[in-house]
Amino acid sequence: MKITFDWLRDHLKTNSKEKDLLEQLTNIGLEVESVENLYADNELFKIAKIVKTEKHPNADRLKVCEVNIGEKNLKKVVCGATNAKDGLITIYAPPGAIIPKTKTKLVVAKIRGVTSYGMLCSESELNISDQSAGIAELPKSKYEKNIGRNYFTKSKSNLIDLSITPNRPDCLGIRGIARDLAASGFGKFKDLKKKKIQSKIKQSLNVKINKEKNQGCSSFGSCLITNVRNTESPQWLKNKLISIGQKPISAIVDITNYVMLDINRPLHAYDADKIEKGIIVRNSKFGEEFTALDNKNYKLENGMCVISDNMGVLGLGGIIGGTRSSTELDTKNILLESAYFDSRSIRKTAKKLNIDTDAKFRFERGIDPLSIEDGLNKAALLIREICGGEISKIDIQKIENFKKKTIKFDPQLFEKVSGFKISSKEMIKILNDLGFKSKKEKKYFKLTIPSWRPDISQEIDIVEELVRISGYNNIKTIDPIKERTKSTLTQSQKLFHFLQRSIASKGYLETITWSFTDLNYNNHFKNTNREIKIVNPISSELGVLRNSIFSNLIMYVSKNLDRGFKDLSIFEIGPVFTGPNPGEQNTVVCGLSAGKKSRLSWIEKERNVDVFDVKKDVVQTLVEAGYNSDKFFVDSETPNYYHPGKSGRLFLNKGRDNIAAYFGEIHPNILKKIDLKTESLVGFEIFLDNLKLPKKTLNEQKTNFVVSDYQKSERDFAFVVDKGINAQDLIDAVSSVEKNLISNIKVFDVYEGDNIPQNQKSIAISVTIQSSEKTLKDSDLENINKLIIETVEKKTGAKIRSQK
Amino acid sequence: MSDLKKIKDEFLSKLKNKLNLSEINQIKSDLFGKNGLVSSQFKKIGSIAETERKQFASDLNIIKDELQDLINSKINDIENAEINEKLEKEKIDITLPERPFTKGKIHPVSQTIDEISSIFSEIGFSVEEGPDVENEYNNFTALNTPDNHPARDMHDTFYLDEKKEKLLRTHTSPVQIRTMLKGKPPFKIIAPGRTYRSDSDQTHSPMFHQVEGLHIDKDINMGHLKGCLNYFIKEFFEVDKIKMRFRPSHFPFTEPSAEVDIGYKIKDGKIIIGEGDHWLEILGCGMVHPNVLKNVKVDPSKFQGYAFGIGIDRLAMLKYGINDLRSFFDCDYRWLNHFGFDPLDVPTNYRGLSR
Repeated sequence: MKITFDWLRDHLKTNSKEKDLLEQLTNIGLEVESVENLYADNELFKIAKIVKTEKHPNADRLKVCEVNIGEKNLKKVVCGATNAKDGLITIYAPPGAIIPKTKTKLVVAKIRGVTSYGMLCSESELNISDQSAGIAELPKSKYEKNIGRNYFTKSKSNLIDLSITPNRPDCLGIRGIARDLAASGFGKFKDLKKKKIQSKIKQSLNVKINKEKNQGCSSFGSCLITNVRNTESPQWLKNKLISIGQKPISAIVDITNYVMLDINRPLHAYDADKIEKGIIVRNSKFGEEFTALDNKNYKLENGMCVISDNMGVLGLGGIIGGTRSSTELDTKNILLESAYFDSRSIRKTAKKLNIDTDAKFRFERGIDPLSIEDGLNKAALLIREICGGEISKIDIQKIENFKKKTIKFDPQLFEKVSGFKISSKEMIKILNDLGFKSKKEKKYFKLTIPSWRPDISQEIDIVEELVRISGYNNIKTIDPIKERTKSTLTQSQKLFHFLQRSIASKGYLETITWSFTDLNYNNHFKNTNREIKIVNPISSELGVLRNSIFSNLIMYVSKNLDRGFKDLSIFEIGPVFTGPNPGEQNTVVCGLSAGKKSRLSWIEKERNVDVFDVKKDVVQTLVEAGYNSDKFFVDSETPNYYHPGKSGRLFLNKGRDNIAAYFGEIHPNILKKIDLKTESLVGFEIFLDNLKLPKKTLNEQKTNFVVSDYQKSERDFAFVVDKGINAQDLIDAVSSVEKNLISNIKVFDVYEGDNIPQNQKSIAISVTIQSSEKTLKDSDLENINKLIIETVEKKTGAKIRSQK
Repeated sequence: MSDLKKIKDEFLSKLKNKLNLSEINQIKSDLFGKNGLVSSQFKKIGSIAETERKQFASDLNIIKDELQDLINSKINDIENAEINEKLEKEKIDITLPERPFTKGKIHPVSQTIDEISSIFSEIGFSVEEGPDVENEYNNFTALNTPDNHPARDMHDTFYLDEKKEKLLRTHTSPVQIRTMLKGKPPFKIIAPGRTYRSDSDQTHSPMFHQVEGLHIDKDINMGHLKGCLNYFIKEFFEVDKIKMRFRPSHFPFTEPSAEVDIGYKIKDGKIIIGEGDHWLEILGCGMVHPNVLKNVKVDPSKFQGYAFGIGIDRLAMLKYGINDLRSFFDCDYRWLNHFGFDPLDVPTNYRGLSR
């Protein structure tokens, strides 16, 4: 909502400065968004007289004018206007001025070889009218003696843009803002004498509101103004509209706009001669069409509130009028409408047709239903004053009577909610100033809510008014008590934070990417998940909720590779979605690592990142989070976006109930399809929701400290097995032999090639044997060795190759 | 001259020469070997007359010690010289780079969330969560924002179905609803998380982060709200004094509602929080609307309290001098490295929020 202090003074008596006004507006909840000085440049525009015009030597349509701007020397200005002629008084803008319409800054410029110092302006370029044909022609009588003076009268009133919250339609009129200010002690609210139409002429055009279901119009006021002469608005009205950044159009349009802005009463003026017989307010029928004032043709659905005549739709009530009945400069007879439309109906229609107008904006927030007559009186009288004509009586058709709401307010609620006190007297004064009628009933106030406040319906709303007007700075600051009765984080939240930092500590940079992603990327990583489309995405590249974090991460890996980074590791912890319903999401830690380790190192051998890097990151992270790696189970069943031979899934235990993680190389086909070039790309996903939370607390986990001081013995075995046998199988076999004696098993070599039959490989393991009870004798060790070899051979089909 | 004196003089003079290790060892063996000169003298002790024996033994021991010390120190010198020579040869260029390591970082938004949680933890708030996909009821209706309410226009909502029943939450406030529906008052929670609005330009991102706060008890009033936020802002920006302005605003789910501005000034191109006379809006808050409490079966005549919603990204930008909201989600390696935090920098109260 744009206002000026000058306009506010029409309704508010005050000697305060603008600076204080701005502060007070914000203090009472009418937030000042911006303050703009529309007139900063205005003293640059001068009244000027063309002394001499000559044809431009190099252009037929241009003229070179010698212009008197009240200085000693004449200014040479190149001008293209056909009406530029000797003796014409017009408006001159010097180099440096900013043209209001185009916002361009003038410079001294050569135009077809002739230097032009400034510009002669049209009215349209100065935003003072629509007149764009030719430069402004100022009447000689009035301006001849003012040559060289400023064209614009000086105004110190800045354009103040307020952000009015949707609950305050009353402040979409200047008068409403003045009322709030006055209630808060800023100035005195002016009691304007309302002039009324005194007429004996009947409003002869028939108006009817159809009584039907969901009728969006409950009352329709109107009057006829006949024999008007539509014209340009007088300067005061033009100035007023210009002062808040609006463009004057014609007196009738300007007046309806003025009344709307001044008292928040939208009106509509019809050319009465274009209305066939009478007005019918009714619900639209499917397929009806009309051309609105925005020059667009609208096809209507059933049940939209339309103003129509015998020929069809004239306009959408409270939203926009139609071209068929619009007023023009030659309009003779006007029907002025001032109606009340239901906010929900307005909103629904406007949303469906995607129309936004000043009237719609106001009606959907709620217009004062008792302002119908005020609006007609004010506008009709102004029209008569400016355009002449005769006004009829006001006609009001109603299908519903408006009743003012009342509220029983317990003044004690104020302190209970706000935490501070004001006296009952003060409360009553504030409420009365805001337009409430109040009556004391025992300890309660019986309050009648002003008709312009649709936002107020219960006691808490009254508290809000009172706190707002008495000032939020009265609210005390009660320091919080430092006391905790419940732990801040749940177990799973702690795990979230732990995993996040654990992964980061392994060289991954944390990223945060959007929860939606590109459908094409998502398809690569969707696996068996269903696609979840966003109905109204910002762009098609962000059209689906992500089924996996990989889709975004790989996109950003690719972008960073393009930036010239070769080796990078990034991760994200966040939601992936499995369905379109609340809760159908899982929290995943997902990381990608590209390129090489130790690239260009003088000391370490460089190598590609590989699956065992990510396996290490996954396992180490889970171990750090408190899970026992002895119990982990790994196999090679992974989703299709991993390299089928170089990826794995990990369970926290051999029971394999929930998948804790996947890790592996990203499928080379995907890299090819998205044209991602790197030596190697490996990734992992850890599924938080599948990790059983450690049941034991940290102190319970610490068992008694027991170590064996008996000698330990390390034995190495090399087995030859089929290629299909996993190292894990061997380890499992060994560890099943004698749990109490085998304290550690390590794979230290895997070999294929010379001396090993085809389709077989050699796996070398080192086994640590130690008893907690005694020193093992050679014979004991021999027995265990034998047992190990036997068990492994039996369980895996391996053959012992060597032992040490 | 006695034998002892002769031995002593002879070997002292020998040892004065420059000798290598084997020559010294030869001397050592000549003197103290099995049949060495000194060893032989010791063997003689028994055969010496009793009257002279004591004197002889004493002299012999002195000579032995003297020669032995000298030999040992000679050996020591030579060994030291050898070691020093070896070490000198082993000298490397210590300015060569260390073995390579990569450093991970925590995203500034995550760090900020941890900071926020840590601050509110101190005054008794616990952390709640809710899903990113919400139903229309939790996101709007239960929060006193019925359909056709113009306030819905302020939230450009992403929908997941044509009926507009499922959506990406536009704020963290539905966590209020979920929390209150599943429990009994009092409630004292914060809920940080992702939020979504279909708005994308220089200062808006279709996804951003909010933290919701909710405190409902028997007599929680606006003074508590002000106190809580005042405390939070001071702690968060790690300043002693904060200029804070509460001004009236409107949210359908709170009444009265407020927006909170903090004072700042610009010094040397950097924003300084808590001073100066510019105002910056950082959060919205208010007393939970009785209609909301009724919707979650909390009796508004018995319980009341406040709620607030803070933009996390905005806070992070202010605290850490990040200019562009969209850069948070751009995953530029350089940016992440520059603005990210060491994973060991866990914000805690006892240690202070930031290093």
